[in-house]
Amino acid sequence: MQALYAQLLVGLINGSFYALLSLGLAVIFGMLNIINFAHGALYMMGAFAAYFLLNVGGISYWWALLLAPIIVGIFGMILERTMLKFLTGLDHLYGLLLTFGIALIVQGVFQNYFGSSGLPYAIPDQLKGGMNLGFMFLPIYRGWVVVFSLVVCLGTWFLIEKTRLGAYLRAATENPTLVRAFGINVPRMITLTYGLGVGLAALAGVLSAPINQVRPLMGADLIIVVFAVVVIGGMGSIMGSIITGFALGVIEGLTKYFYPEASNTVVFVLMVLVLLVKPTGLTGRAA
Amino acid sequence: MKKSIASLLLGTALAVTTAGAAFAQDKAVKIGALSDQSGLYADLGGPGSTLAAQMAVEDSGLGAKGWKIDIISGDHQNKPDIGTAIARQWFDVDKVDIIVDVPNSGVALAVNNVVKEKNGVYINSGAATSDLTNAQCSPNTVHWTYDTYMLAHTTGQALVKAGGDTWFFLTADYAFGAALERDTTAVVTANGGKVVGGVKHPLNTPDFSSFLLQAQASKAKIIGLANAGGDTTNTIKQAAEFGIGKGGQKLAALLLFLTDVKAIGLETAQGLNFTETFYWDMNDKTRAFSKRFSEKMKNGAMPTMVQAGVYAGVRHYLKALEALGGNPHDGVKVVEKMKSMPTEDDLFGKGEIQPNGRTIHNAYLFEVKKPSESKGPWDFYKLVGTVPGDQAFTPLSESKCALLKK
Repeated sequence: MQALYAQLLVGLINGSFYALLSLGLAVIFGMLNIINFAHGALYMMGAFAAYFLLNVGGISYWWALLLAPIIVGIFGMILERTMLKFLTGLDHLYGLLLTFGIALIVQGVFQNYFGSSGLPYAIPDQLKGGMNLGFMFLPIYRGWVVVFSLVVCLGTWFLIEKTRLGAYLRAATENPTLVRAFGINVPRMITLTYGLGVGLAALAGVLSAPINQVRPLMGADLIIVVFAVVVIGGMGSIMGSIITGFALGVIEGLTKYFYPEASNTVVFVLMVLVLLVKPTGLTGRAA
Repeated sequence: MKKSIASLLLGTALAVTTAGAAFAQDKAVKIGALSDQSGLYADLGGPGSTLAAQMAVEDSGLGAKGWKIDIISGDHQNKPDIGTAIARQWFDVDKVDIIVDVPNSGVALAVNNVVKEKNGVYINSGAATSDLTNAQCSPNTVHWTYDTYMLAHTTGQALVKAGGDTWFFLTADYAFGAALERDTTAVVTANGGKVVGGVKHPLNTPDFSSFLLQAQASKAKIIGLANAGGDTTNTIKQAAEFGIGKGGQKLAALLLFLTDVKAIGLETAQGLNFTETFYWDMNDKTRAFSKRFSEKMKNGAMPTMVQAGVYAGVRHYLKALEALGGNPHDGVKVVEKMKSMPTEDDLFGKGEIQPNGRTIHNAYLFEVKKPSESKGPWDFYKLVGTVPGDQAFTPLSESKCALLKK
């Protein structure tokens, strides 16, 4: 039984990354109607930004948590302004292909310069060590990841669902022309939203840097799973993607305990089941 | 299918058109470097292996003697079906004579069959499974550098003898992990130890915490890592995070490469014991080669033992061709010639190729240096011991290779 608690907790930690990433995807899909396949590459860029901030600029992990999402977010906004905005109103497929291409290019460039095994990033001194919970040894850093990403996820949900700014955003997706008539700069808001979604990916990248290697393909390995999470949760549903992210982390964790060989496929089996029963995803509404 | 082609044409060969057409054809060789070019094994083999093959061709000096040697490279993406498809195309369409490198035991065994069927030459450096020179040995195959038997009988044996008598395995769930676990288990039990459990994890797993918790709960003294590349680096990093070393359990990195140590960082990797058959900083000759190699690598990386094995293997292959006086385009014949000549090169020293295709050379036990002991960006290892080749690799009396039963 003790081992089970430990696996649940470990699942929750991985779920934090799924939640943060799928949240960014959901925000971008919900507001811009773009299936952002570049998300994994942007997550990877977040981790690399943290690495360079530390090793070139001597800037600590804590500042990287703030700066890396801003840097990568700006990169994302440039992408949106120079390329993605021309896809408004077109079929989803175009956005998917474009962002997939961008992801391949970005990953290829990083791989060319940094190889595939990656670079080490140390856990910040304040979060080193761990505590004995009785049923497991919990590294403090992992605990921090769960708490921090929960706060960020709920904060984002609150921003979009409960604030005035969020209301403008949602209105702008429903009827951009009308919202513009009220004097609101819709294109700028869209750009900022894409920046926010990208920033969330970069933030997850910074969080994961001390746990995993900072590798050019770290995002490519994760993005497919995250897309499955989004599909299960319902495309574009903010709360849905947060809850599914955490839940699937836990389910995957349990699989690693009971039948480890299947741990990298269980998410997709679930996706198939959900799509069979409820094609719009668990929390999605029919279009 | 992605196929990046890096071909090298020896310019000097172009000038030699005076020889008759039939004669010139005899001196044409095509080498295919098949590897994981972008995944978790790309740094330990990949583009570096292609470079090593090119350097071997240049250093052989055969270009000046009228040989025309081309190198092409391919990406098997760690998938046996893609690997065999490329191999078939190379033999059938591109008229490749020899395939080198091929890390990933699953792909390596699949390609082994294709090379045998097409009567090519196969010098495997990147794959670990000892089956290549054992149950699945082939008259067309030479296995250079290392194998799972060697890893088990060096690192594994040393740990059991030092008191690590209970083991828990974290095993990559494919041919390589299975072979390494099998060979190490044999050593552990033969030395009076016991395997108390294990987990098979999918290849290329980003998070090992769940598996590490199971290893921790097993209370085994040694956690044996029967995985490689990115999987090993992630396991070691995360084991440190979960305080596994502090709890009295010891990690056995059965297979660790130079690029893995670079990726983990000395802070976390220090003190790890493992075995390799080549390290760049062994003597003047290895240093000279590695310096040339590193200058040509985009990220300035030093060669791994896999890349060194590709270099040494191609050098020996070309020596055999030269001794034959031309390229007979007959794999079995060339490999027989290779086996009849003792091996000697700057990187592995003197050695031999056994009748089952296994190359025998020294193996070295290393320990990862402390950060304070490291003097440069690639100064990672200190030598702890040397195991002579005949003790490190499968004795012929134990080999199940059918070629030995003649």
